[in-house]
Amino acid sequence: MSESLLDVQELETIFKTPEGVVHAVNGVSFDLKEGETLGMVGESGCGKSATMLSILRLIPVPPGKIAAGKVLFFGQDLLQMSNEEIRHVRGAQISMVFQDPMTSLNPVLTIGRQVEEPLMLHVGMSRSQARARAAELLSMVGIPQAQDRLNDFPHQFSGGMRQRVMIAMALACSPQILIADEPTTALDVTIQAQITDLVKRLRDELGMAIIWITHDLGIVAGLAQRVLVMYGGFIIEESPVSELYANPRHPYTIGLLGSLPRVDEKERKRLFSIEGQPPVLYERPASCPFAPRCKWVVERCWQENPMLEPVAPEHRVACWVNTQTGRSRS
Amino acid sequence: MATISPDIKANEWALPPQSRTPAWLRALLKNPASITGVVLIVAFALVAIFAQQIVNIVEPAIAQQEAEQNVGNPYMIPRDGFSSEPQPPSARHVFGTTEGQFDLFYGVVWGTRTAFEVGIIITGLTLIIGMIVGLVSAYYGGIIDETLQRVVEIFLAFPFLLAAITAASVFGPVVHSGILTGIIALTLFGWPGYARIIRGDVLAIKERDFVLAARAIGVRDFRMVMRHILPNSVYSLLVVASLDIGTYVLSFAALSFLGVGTEVGYADWGQLLSFARNWIPSLATYWYIIVYPGIALLLYVLAWNLVGDAFRDALDPKLRGLRP
Repeated sequence: MSESLLDVQELETIFKTPEGVVHAVNGVSFDLKEGETLGMVGESGCGKSATMLSILRLIPVPPGKIAAGKVLFFGQDLLQMSNEEIRHVRGAQISMVFQDPMTSLNPVLTIGRQVEEPLMLHVGMSRSQARARAAELLSMVGIPQAQDRLNDFPHQFSGGMRQRVMIAMALACSPQILIADEPTTALDVTIQAQITDLVKRLRDELGMAIIWITHDLGIVAGLAQRVLVMYGGFIIEESPVSELYANPRHPYTIGLLGSLPRVDEKERKRLFSIEGQPPVLYERPASCPFAPRCKWVVERCWQENPMLEPVAPEHRVACWVNTQTGRSRS
Repeated sequence: MATISPDIKANEWALPPQSRTPAWLRALLKNPASITGVVLIVAFALVAIFAQQIVNIVEPAIAQQEAEQNVGNPYMIPRDGFSSEPQPPSARHVFGTTEGQFDLFYGVVWGTRTAFEVGIIITGLTLIIGMIVGLVSAYYGGIIDETLQRVVEIFLAFPFLLAAITAASVFGPVVHSGILTGIIALTLFGWPGYARIIRGDVLAIKERDFVLAARAIGVRDFRMVMRHILPNSVYSLLVVASLDIGTYVLSFAALSFLGVGTEVGYADWGQLLSFARNWIPSLATYWYIIVYPGIALLLYVLAWNLVGDAFRDALDPKLRGLRP
């Protein structure tokens, strides 16, 4: 195993709202190795995006606040950097692709101007150099007649094409890490496949590490090497991708996988669904956040919040119950 | 990855060629009301640009007199004696003279120039100040926003014209130069409205995804505001401003009419109208002292309002195409 590229330790992010303080990220720790693809799954509002935005300090402050933790990137804490220093990390060394390509491009600037922007900001290219490079980038992400399309405005591009533009912008300065925040959620299925194929190809060509946030477990299976499952602002399971699909341990992960339709299913039956709603955490929970929805729930779940414990090599779960035997873990 | 076979020509894939004329300009030139407005403004602009030549041709005697008296400032209207009674139009004075024998034609022609200067300078200054205050207020938010908005509210609490009159009478004796008094007074109380408008738009725009995306590639504050936020939020402000040019000229005329604007004898329509104040009971005899400058002011303000209206319709896609 190579050394960690990104090491997130005990990250905590809160949002102050009129209803109270929302604990969006509660002591999340994980690491990312060079060239690795990490999947991050969980339902809406579980803290996936908040975690990623916190890493780049893109959380709107106020109402948001990164309350505690460290984000070590090449040994340097991103959370302690000055605004100017972190600005040189954003887009240059760590870039992000967002969920909705329809709204993530500035409608009044041409595509060319927008792809040139990171190049001029971080690489110090002149306008004409940046323009030439922008055309290369656009053809790299599979946009035909890239040279001509530099002068087009975002409304002249389809959703899939815009997401390609976003990826081109994110990769413009050859970052070490690409954070993809549900980049395919807003796209239809055929385009999703094209975009994931594109990212796979670019990952193999450029060798950057990827954090891929999604609630589509199918995409993670085909793309990631390791998966983090988040619930209520906590990481509740961490595992290599094949292990997770073969042996899910946390009741929530089991529920998530159970709710997927499978092509190899023999008999027809109703899809499984997890009852209830994910919690909005107005205070840091002392119990397991999943307890109200869990069918394995035991007395201890209501009293203590479980920590991540190893159950197999590289496989860690935060649960008081051994879901394979149904017995409490000591 | 889809590739395009080389035998397909590039232009078969291209979008149909678009007209280079922007949509708003085409809309502006389709509407009869806005065409009237544009024609009037162009006519006024020609008068303003060639004010000197027009006076030379139409009233050579007055132009001669102006040159001889050489007040040093062509904006000062030459006067033909000191009698207070207005003189009717004649060969020498095409529009007649007003109280104090100021030549009306000279005043109306050079007053056009004043009207353009006043409208454009005041609108420009209020726009710039309002834009800076509104942008800073909305972009940084928090305590900065609170403070600036309270300042804006204080300015907005005063009735516009009343506040401007007060400011003009305070600054008048200090500044004492041409149109500057009026410009300062109207700008001082004109910008807060714009600051509010742009603040509202920026508050909405800065929450949009592309602003977050731009921040994620490391764009710094100044560039963010100038490239990503301002161009997306400035339209409603421009429309309001285009409707306001006429209003500012009117307010400026009001200041002059009340005697706190330009100094006596300055070529300004409001000034000319104020000479008519003492002759209101006998306007049937001296109609020319109010009709000529009055018509000029009326048409000028009307022209800007027509253009402003059309500008608004053209920039609002919901209204575009609704009117013939």
